[in-house]
Amino acid sequence: MSTVAVAQATAEQPWVQPSKGRVAMFCVIIAESAIFTIFVVAYIYNIGKSLYGPTPSQVLDVPLFNTVCLLSSSLTIWLSERAIEHGKVKTFGLWWALTWVLGAIFLIGTGVEWHKLIYHDGLTISTNLFGTTFYSLVGLHASHVVIGLIALLTVLLFTITGHVREEHAERIQVLALYWHFVDAVWIVVFTVVYIIGR
Amino acid sequence: MLAKCRNYVLLFAKSWCLLPALCAWQSAFADGPQSTPSIFAPTSTPAHEIYDLSLFVLTITGAIFVTVAGLLAFVIFRYRQRGEDDTTEPAQIYGSTQVELAWTVIPVLIVVVLFLTTARMIFAIQDAPEPKAAVNVTVVAHQFWWEFNYPKLGIHAVNELHVPLSNPTSPTPTFLTLLSADVIHSFWVPQLAGKTDVVPNKINQVWIDPHYTGMYVGQCAQFCGVQHAKMLLRVYVDTPEQFAAWVKNQQQPAVQDESVAAGRHVFETQACMNCHTIAGTAATGRFGPDLTHLMSRDTLASGAMANTRENLREWIRNPDTFKEGSLMPAMQLNDQQLDQVTAYLATLK
Amino acid sequence: MADSTYPIPGSLETTPRRWSQADILEWLNSWVTTVDHKKLGILYMLYSIFFLLVGGAEAIAIRIQLIQPNMHFLSPQVFNRIFTMHGTTMVFLVGMTYIFGFANYLIPLMIGARDMAFPRLNALSFWLTFFGGLLLYYSFIGGSGLYGAGNAPDAMWWAYAPLTERAFSPGHAPDYWALSLIVTGFGTIGASVNVIATALCMRCKGMTLMRLPLLVWLNVVTSGLALITITPLTAAQVMLLIDRYLGGHFFDTQAGGSALIWAHFFWIFGHPEVYVLVLPTFAIASEVIPVFSRKAIFGYPAMVAASVAIAFVSLGVWAHHMFTIGMTSVGNAFFVLSTMLVGIPTSIKIFNWLATMWGGKIRFATPMLFCTAFVVQFLLAGLTGIMLSVAPWNWQLHNSYFVIAHFHYILVGAIVFNIFAGIYYWYPKVTGRMLSEKLGKWHFWLFLIGFHLTFTVMHIPGLMGMPRSIYTYEADRGWGTWNLIVSIGGFIQAIAVLVFAVNLIWSYFKGKEAGNDPWDAWTLEWSTPSPPPAYNFATDPVATSRRPLWDIKHPEDPDWKYE
Repeated sequence: MSTVAVAQATAEQPWVQPSKGRVAMFCVIIAESAIFTIFVVAYIYNIGKSLYGPTPSQVLDVPLFNTVCLLSSSLTIWLSERAIEHGKVKTFGLWWALTWVLGAIFLIGTGVEWHKLIYHDGLTISTNLFGTTFYSLVGLHASHVVIGLIALLTVLLFTITGHVREEHAERIQVLALYWHFVDAVWIVVFTVVYIIGR
Repeated sequence: MLAKCRNYVLLFAKSWCLLPALCAWQSAFADGPQSTPSIFAPTSTPAHEIYDLSLFVLTITGAIFVTVAGLLAFVIFRYRQRGEDDTTEPAQIYGSTQVELAWTVIPVLIVVVLFLTTARMIFAIQDAPEPKAAVNVTVVAHQFWWEFNYPKLGIHAVNELHVPLSNPTSPTPTFLTLLSADVIHSFWVPQLAGKTDVVPNKINQVWIDPHYTGMYVGQCAQFCGVQHAKMLLRVYVDTPEQFAAWVKNQQQPAVQDESVAAGRHVFETQACMNCHTIAGTAATGRFGPDLTHLMSRDTLASGAMANTRENLREWIRNPDTFKEGSLMPAMQLNDQQLDQVTAYLATLK
Repeated sequence: MADSTYPIPGSLETTPRRWSQADILEWLNSWVTTVDHKKLGILYMLYSIFFLLVGGAEAIAIRIQLIQPNMHFLSPQVFNRIFTMHGTTMVFLVGMTYIFGFANYLIPLMIGARDMAFPRLNALSFWLTFFGGLLLYYSFIGGSGLYGAGNAPDAMWWAYAPLTERAFSPGHAPDYWALSLIVTGFGTIGASVNVIATALCMRCKGMTLMRLPLLVWLNVVTSGLALITITPLTAAQVMLLIDRYLGGHFFDTQAGGSALIWAHFFWIFGHPEVYVLVLPTFAIASEVIPVFSRKAIFGYPAMVAASVAIAFVSLGVWAHHMFTIGMTSVGNAFFVLSTMLVGIPTSIKIFNWLATMWGGKIRFATPMLFCTAFVVQFLLAGLTGIMLSVAPWNWQLHNSYFVIAHFHYILVGAIVFNIFAGIYYWYPKVTGRMLSEKLGKWHFWLFLIGFHLTFTVMHIPGLMGMPRSIYTYEADRGWGTWNLIVSIGGFIQAIAVLVFAVNLIWSYFKGKEAGNDPWDAWTLEWSTPSPPPAYNFATDPVATSRRPLWDIKHPEDPDWKYE
């Protein structure tokens, strides 16, 4: 084999590089943030520009309960991360399940809100500019919650069947990073839609 | 190898000499309209200011090019490998902070100069105040034709814009308000001004200040659909007398000629009125161009063909002959109807 | 010996064999299911070259239609589809794919790794891109639309609203445009994530970030930029589809929506996108120029800093594509400044390449010919860019053939020239054989002459008032002769590319054996056999400087003494 002899691996200090799962998740979060930014900008740009139809102040109720649930789920997922780091799989499973439940409550709450808006207030995505920008922005966020819940459920199933152990802590943390991102986006969406835009 | 390098550099230099050569030849300088609407032949204030700025920028960029390309040519000759078997490596130089600083600072200075000059001109053209004597035209761009309304004069024109001559001592510029009826278009007559886009749900403005009479050509400069290529523009800069005469004619209602009553009847019963207006008749359609003074124009279908009877007849028979995909449908008229309606339209001076 | 799983060209095989049907199927399967970065890199490059030919054919069709006024070679509808597809193909199916072709093949080899960080994601990203491209081209045959056969996108590659709204584009052309690019967009995001994770997390011992080859640095910056560049386009396209299918009003000007906001969103994607396309080109030049000048790259830290600066500043210049749309004078002035500023790190790079060549012993093999032409052409393109950044002048030049000349100077004069340079440089590594220098020189000179006849001359009709996106032009405008010259140049370029294709194929079977390191280069990929084995390195290498092989070849004067 005629490879040029490259110096052998005899480094003194430990060669430390970041974990690739974490780096990759950060990149995904950055890309997703760009998508959300565009939808947020479109929402803000169009505030007050609807020529007709229901306005935000007429039909929007501040979804406080949903928000509290979603933001608490960040806390519960953080607790589950700490649990798995110390090998407490059962505790981890419990907090993880609670996270899932809180996320599901948020999603159901969003569904209830939309039901009221569509059937009671007559606001759909095609009604006016407010409808278009509202449903697309909140819907984009909700779709990310759905993806998150599917991922969380998968891990929950693996936990129940006993396949999750302490050595998986890092992968759990990478997934939890995604969930924290979804919550952070909600803070922005909530502020723009229910506070600034109303 | 030496020959090849020399040839390469020479080829390069020759092709770029074309540009200033052309400028020198082409800029017959602006004493009037040209069939080639060159941006280097300005005849109106904003176009002229842009032209002056462009010469300044060309000088600077030309100097930069000559310097850097000259250095590169030097490097190619001086530091090429001589002799195929010379395998010793040259001195390895890894960098130099002073040099890096120098060639950062100099471009920054050039940018400062260019930016300040440019900014000044942006404000001068874009925020120019409108003098009292200015003519106001509201331009409405359609797929694929131009509508010109003169609100203060109460007239409508189509595709061919008439404006009065201006002069530096008592300027009578024309301020154009740009509106779109459908998609984004762009109003561009290079000898008169830079282009400005015509955007639906937005009001833009452009002004021209022509100093030489004549007919200036331009066209829509933002892709607007199938027949974007044939959405042409003509701007007639008239002497004050010519302009007044033109305005007076446009203010008249349509010519009423009884000998073509049959044609007028065809027009009124064949759905033409749904799209077209003929002032003083029952036709008040707004989708298509106003035909009241159709014969006062030199071209038809926004410059697609000359305004002759044969062309007009063929246009009505089948618009796709000249402008495939334009929004006027073929009206499926028989030969007799075609002859009659063409005869009628030919009286609308 | 090389035990890679694709057929080794020509006489490098140790035992000649006959291929049975089972062998052929196995060979195909190995390519379709591969997760090996080298194979995926080759697949990306083959895809890119294929669509370069398709896009080139579209360009030739355009040039035939425009060779003289009032030609009837293409109908207006077909012309509008062809030029839209030409732009979309070249940017997304050629430009975005060559990036990941080079990146995927070279990055693990240059950092001493065995593969990319996420091999399966790598494969997924390629196949997403592949199918996105197929979807785009399916539009030519899918459905019949309202204007006749086919629904290929026909509203320019920018697809400005409201022209692309349902009211003005009732067929499916914008849908194919949006959907296919959303699909390829996901492929791009996946590939970008992979590049960043690989470069940050998989380096061999001793390869600190400031010892990364510039190709790796530039691809990392490109990928980071791509993450926040492609996604705005995806967002805008989703909005367009919501408008078209769910009755949304984002760009519906009749309901108060905005045509302007599409332009903003598109160019927020579109401008950084051109930097995404061009930075990997700088990557190739930064590898080829030092090797053929026999000197280290001049000012490595400055080059890294300039690349990062370009990426950042490029995020703030987008509205220089919109100087005529009616922004305020202050808005216009801001974008003039930001655009001029982005020229500064770019010019620093040109000076650094020049300084690398200064004092060297330049060998003008084919890769270096292409890179040298690139430097001059990129300089010129940058200068016409400065001209375009002067907003009042832009009001004349925008949407004219001057702009087309400018951006083709970059896309062809910089990017395609460097793609050719990169292929001539690394083909020996990938296949084990050298490309023919004789054919290479024919390719270079023909392409150079054709390029300049087309794109240097093309500035002139722009200055003479010829707008873009027109299927024909008036005979009395004086543009006919220039268009004739431009078209002839196009035909010459086509011949040159054919010569290149012949070279690629002929050399695969009959090219000179390359060995590990035919160019006497200094980065880690040249320490492996050509082609490299599946595992890349038999033992993990250790990087002692930015040029590990220089240190080995010149133990008396290693780089790490000076870094």
